[in-house]
Amino acid sequence: MASTAGVAQDLRQAAKDKKKDVGQMSQWQLMARRFMQNKLSVLGLLILLGLYVLAAFSGFLAPYQFNELDSNNVFTSPTGISFAGGRPSVCGQSQVLNEELLEYEYVEDCSKRYPIQFFVRGFEYKLLGLFPTNWHLFGVSQAGAPVDEATGKPQEIKLFLFGADNQGRDMLAQILQGARVSLTVGLIGVGIATILGSVLGTASGYFGGFIDNVMQRTIELISSIPQIPLWAALAAALPREMSVVRRYILITVVLSLVAWTGLARQVRGKVMGYRSLDYANATRAAGGSHTRIILTHMLPNAVSHIVVVAALAIPGAILAETALSFLGLGMLRPAVSWGVLLRDAQSVQVVMDYPWLMIPAVLVIITLTCYQFLGDGLRDAVDPYS
Amino acid sequence: MVNFIARRLIAMVITLLFISIIAFFLIELPPGSALDAELLRLRSRGGNLSLSQVRELEERFGVHDPWQEKYFKWVGGLFRGDFGYSFRYSREVGPLIAGRLGFSLLLAGTSLLFAWLVSIPLGVYSATHRNTIPDYIITTIQFVGVAVPEFLLALVLMVFAARFLGADVGGLFSRQYEAAPWSWGKVWDLMKHLWLPVIVVSAGSTAWLTRVMRANLLDVLNAQYVQTARAKGLKENAVVWKHAVRNALHPLIMTLGGVLPALIGGEVIASIVLNLPTAGPLFIEALRNQDMYLAITFLMFTSVLLVIGNLLADLLLAWVDPRVRLE
Repeated sequence: MASTAGVAQDLRQAAKDKKKDVGQMSQWQLMARRFMQNKLSVLGLLILLGLYVLAAFSGFLAPYQFNELDSNNVFTSPTGISFAGGRPSVCGQSQVLNEELLEYEYVEDCSKRYPIQFFVRGFEYKLLGLFPTNWHLFGVSQAGAPVDEATGKPQEIKLFLFGADNQGRDMLAQILQGARVSLTVGLIGVGIATILGSVLGTASGYFGGFIDNVMQRTIELISSIPQIPLWAALAAALPREMSVVRRYILITVVLSLVAWTGLARQVRGKVMGYRSLDYANATRAAGGSHTRIILTHMLPNAVSHIVVVAALAIPGAILAETALSFLGLGMLRPAVSWGVLLRDAQSVQVVMDYPWLMIPAVLVIITLTCYQFLGDGLRDAVDPYS
Repeated sequence: MVNFIARRLIAMVITLLFISIIAFFLIELPPGSALDAELLRLRSRGGNLSLSQVRELEERFGVHDPWQEKYFKWVGGLFRGDFGYSFRYSREVGPLIAGRLGFSLLLAGTSLLFAWLVSIPLGVYSATHRNTIPDYIITTIQFVGVAVPEFLLALVLMVFAARFLGADVGGLFSRQYEAAPWSWGKVWDLMKHLWLPVIVVSAGSTAWLTRVMRANLLDVLNAQYVQTARAKGLKENAVVWKHAVRNALHPLIMTLGGVLPALIGGEVIASIVLNLPTAGPLFIEALRNQDMYLAITFLMFTSVLLVIGNLLADLLLAWVDPRVRLE
């Protein structure tokens, strides 16, 4: 039923644009076409692309440095923006000590407004990690800011779109910086796992026998240890003192060490199916080497399947990094990832008082849901003849 | 049957043996030991610890032994019911963790039951009412349910329960029952606290199982024997539940082995947020403090649980589906 409907849809689509005859399209074109028909997965892909672009331009989009401490703005709530006078502007704000609760409170002073300016100069950063610049998307005009009594300098008027955390760090800047880690760790981890899984799975499925036996027992062994505890134990084996970059690399390796097993199993199944097909036998009879059979007949056949399995594994890896960092075993400060940020939101009290600390969690959910949509769409698309 | 179980049990023992080696090596890997931290604590108390005393302590706990020697000592201890010593708590690991493991098991088991009880009817409804609005709602919730991290769900539900239900959240017991001996009142109190963690831990699995159930049932509903059942005039309920669902269940049972580790992982994270007296938080803390025997006991326990779960799944499958033969 579903398959005939799919073919009919393909034909109708083909009739619409006359230039292309569906019978003359390559397999990849057919896949792309089928993928584009699934609205949810296209939406997922677009949102994900948007998130990656935001992460790539984090320096330009963030008005402040992600690690800039500010004791005057501890737990500042998201700044309200008003459009009085036709231009977006923010109110001044001062920190007042509540002497009964012994807590700082923030009082808005809207007698004077500070307009938000676009394309302003701020802290130095490297755009895309290459071009040093200090341009930022937005900032607040400091003209007429009141003088701080303690220091004698003018008070800095800040705009916190997503509020500030317990050290007065801008949540927006931290979330953008964290996106760089959270969005890539899972991707690279699954990338390594895919290479590992493809090589080992192909070897296991193609050669069979002893190699296959050893490989399958190893995979069974690894999958006999529950994932999250295993990941936690692996991450805990990393020394605590190391540079951010090294830790990042090692965490991706930790993620891939567990994730490759599922991929290897899938690839093995596919390769075993192709091994005894006529064209593989023909190559063998014509004297083709194992390398040739694997590279020209097995892998190209399995590649679409590998892509799908990998795409479906990405959300798990991202969630794992978030969970590990949340538990204090994954990325650690000064590195920032969404999981690291959520570590500050571990107790009910904090979440009830400062709900904006949960914004990274919303982004985690959006990212994971979009990856699932994407994976589902890819899975339906790789079999364009069904 | 007996033959099958015997062979599986032998395979299980071998698997667990290998797991114990991997796990031990892994936990041993980081440099330093929990004894170092203890020594530091003693020194900071001002007492002067002579080098010979340090040596003696290190000797006693075998800190500098090669790892295989430590491994055999540890495995030997396991057979005597000695799970090692927790430096952090200065206690034997066995009694320290036993009660907590019981709660972990209770939580994971209840969550599993809950996940099945919810996902099967939901999946059946979703499949039999395909492309209706309730089906769309269920499908969307599934996607989000798989994507929501446990700790987030835990926090949101806790805030919700505290704000709107006025429920006493966090922990497994009210204060007056915490140290009290077991009684019906205490059991009831436990029930009142358990629902929240159960929802948190089982949410992801429930969503996933619903998806599996829906997909399976959709396949089965197209089968010819379902058509035959309809053709001979059976009521729709009988068609769905007797002919279709029973045949759609086995992939669900096969996934038991996959759901269990997810539940255990969820338990670890949910327990930290919800402040539950289960073994998960102890495990994470032990990993952070290199309290190795505590960490490895938990790791082994979860693996044992998983391996047994897989065996049970196979047996259950044979029971539900007479076509499956155990060989």
